[in-house]
Amino acid sequence: MSRQAHDLECTAAREAWWEKVNKSLEKHPERKAFKTDSDYEIERVYDVLDLETFNYQEQLNWPGDYPYTRGIQPTMYRGRLWTMRQYAGFGSAEATNERFRYLLEQGQTGLSVAFDLPTQIGYDSDHPLARGEVGKVGVAIDSLVDMEILMDQIPLDQVSTSMTINSPAAVLLAMYMAVAEKQGIAMKQLNGTIQNDILKEYVARGTYIFPPRESMRIIVDIFAYAGKMIPNWNTISISGYHIREAGSTAVQEVAFTLGNAIAYVEAAVAAGLEVDQFAPRLSFFFNAHSNFFEEIAKFRAARRIWARLMKERFGAKNPRSMMLRFHTQTAGSTLTAQQPDVNLMRVAFQALSAVLGGTQSLHTNSRDEALALPSEQSVLLALRTQQVIGYEIGVTDTVDPLGGSYFIEKLTDQIESEVLNYIRKIDQLGGAVEAIEKGFIQKEIQASAYRYQKEIESQERVVVGVNRFTSSGEQPIDLLKMDPATSQRQVERLKEVRISRNQAKVAETLNELRRTAQGNNNLMPAIFEAVKAYATLGEICGVLRDLFGEYQQQIII
Amino acid sequence: MSEKPVRVLVGKIGLDGHDRGAKVVAQALRDAGMEVIYTGLRQTPEQIVETALQEDVQVIGLSILSGAHMQLIPPVVEMLREQESSDIIVLIGGIIPRDDIVYLKERGVAEVFTPGISTVEIVNFIKKKLELN
Repeated sequence: MSRQAHDLECTAAREAWWEKVNKSLEKHPERKAFKTDSDYEIERVYDVLDLETFNYQEQLNWPGDYPYTRGIQPTMYRGRLWTMRQYAGFGSAEATNERFRYLLEQGQTGLSVAFDLPTQIGYDSDHPLARGEVGKVGVAIDSLVDMEILMDQIPLDQVSTSMTINSPAAVLLAMYMAVAEKQGIAMKQLNGTIQNDILKEYVARGTYIFPPRESMRIIVDIFAYAGKMIPNWNTISISGYHIREAGSTAVQEVAFTLGNAIAYVEAAVAAGLEVDQFAPRLSFFFNAHSNFFEEIAKFRAARRIWARLMKERFGAKNPRSMMLRFHTQTAGSTLTAQQPDVNLMRVAFQALSAVLGGTQSLHTNSRDEALALPSEQSVLLALRTQQVIGYEIGVTDTVDPLGGSYFIEKLTDQIESEVLNYIRKIDQLGGAVEAIEKGFIQKEIQASAYRYQKEIESQERVVVGVNRFTSSGEQPIDLLKMDPATSQRQVERLKEVRISRNQAKVAETLNELRRTAQGNNNLMPAIFEAVKAYATLGEICGVLRDLFGEYQQQIII
Repeated sequence: MSEKPVRVLVGKIGLDGHDRGAKVVAQALRDAGMEVIYTGLRQTPEQIVETALQEDVQVIGLSILSGAHMQLIPPVVEMLREQESSDIIVLIGGIIPRDDIVYLKERGVAEVFTPGISTVEIVNFIKKKLELN
């Protein structure tokens, strides 16, 4: 039978089936309108006719082949599982070091450092604005001394370390390199990632320091410097995670992330870097939310769009420049304070979607995170969830097991097309930086966040334990208690560092940094020298604050 | 209660940048007919009190998810007392452990809203509280 005849027959058969459906609907109406989180209507069923124009090699191809829809490696998890990387950090460098070593002993394969807010905003622990925040959402790092303690007895040539640090990323990276140098490890052996993604800070996460243009300079300097010095380091992790947490849809998450990615590539190219020189070290970070299939399709669509953008828009030649490698974290905003153990199930399904979507590394949230920082027991359960997915249930045995599913492929195409619409819109506004300055991205995210909340309140969106299946008299669970003396001890250590270092050397390196920042040379060598002289994070960022100024948030409600 | 709309200051206190909740609440209060002054990120306790007094608000709603609430919230209530403005209702939203909620309420916070609460409950709480005052 010819393709055409086959399609005709199929169409006729579908019409017959429709009649059956209509009869059935008379007796048993459907429960509701079905939609994805991005507000796509979901069909009753998908079939071969949905993929009429589908071209296997163009849309999918084999894993490890352009456009990498099915995955970036030919064998994916059959060769090696994703990196199980739990984000951790609290209190002092000593306490976090202990948690890191515990997680490595439990079979975790990479580290992920959470810094406290003063560190993320470039303030030392004794700054007035650090009040109450020292060691709270992560570890406090003021100087190289703290980084030395944080990485004590951890062989930096054998682990990969991800650092969630943005505005002061250059300083923390320099500290990490200095510790490696002290451990006698060759720079070329260092593996890891700095988040270094300032654009999403302006719209979703809030730990910005400098205005956009100055921030972009620092980022491009890091691309250039790290490309030479630490070639295996991921110089940026362009993050949709926080955009989604701030309330965006799945489509907006990918669109705004790739919009930001385009801005970074353009800035680096404008500074004279060759695209294939830095693009292989760009990495991404996405959210695994609750709408299972849409999430899987989202990861696949993101890979395909990026590959085509890099090849067609930026003329990349190196396949590695076209491969979208990403870390995933399950959606913190879906965790509930009510019946917290139910979060274990949410996290498991979200994590499964990330694995079916082909993630390179994964953080699973802990059940108690809507209540407090996670306890050790909860973190262990979260890690065990990944191990069950990786080792017990067989989903890693074949690559992209959902590839070819009518529904998944249709959704992947739809997401791709909607994301491209947004990217066109951002281009029309003059790029991501302009779109942020105009408040476009912020307004889009906010509207989605408000709609989501309204859906929960109208019960259109069910959240088990919150607006359905609620129960009273919940058992309290053991929460992590923070040591209240941490902050005081940290401030004391900072004072000791300031007294015991070579003051002339500190002044000299900070002056050199000032001169470099006033000119156009790469900032990284000067930052590296200042760090090694035990200049503090606050002092180094202070010099740059002085010269670059500070970003003032636009208030959009 | 007067005919004038209720004036509410919504703010992010401390260095925490997670403003989804604060913005959603601000929008919901506005939709409920209240006048909302939104401060944006990185407010100190001093800035919050100063703005609240300048703007002559009846309610202050502070969002905090960083865990710094025990250090940053009591000073707000203290300063309002010193300014003889204890009639301003202070509400907190965020990830606040149970024991801390008890403490904050003892110190003068009117209510603490944790994840999962609906904006309707917040609106109703404010209306009821103002009627009682």
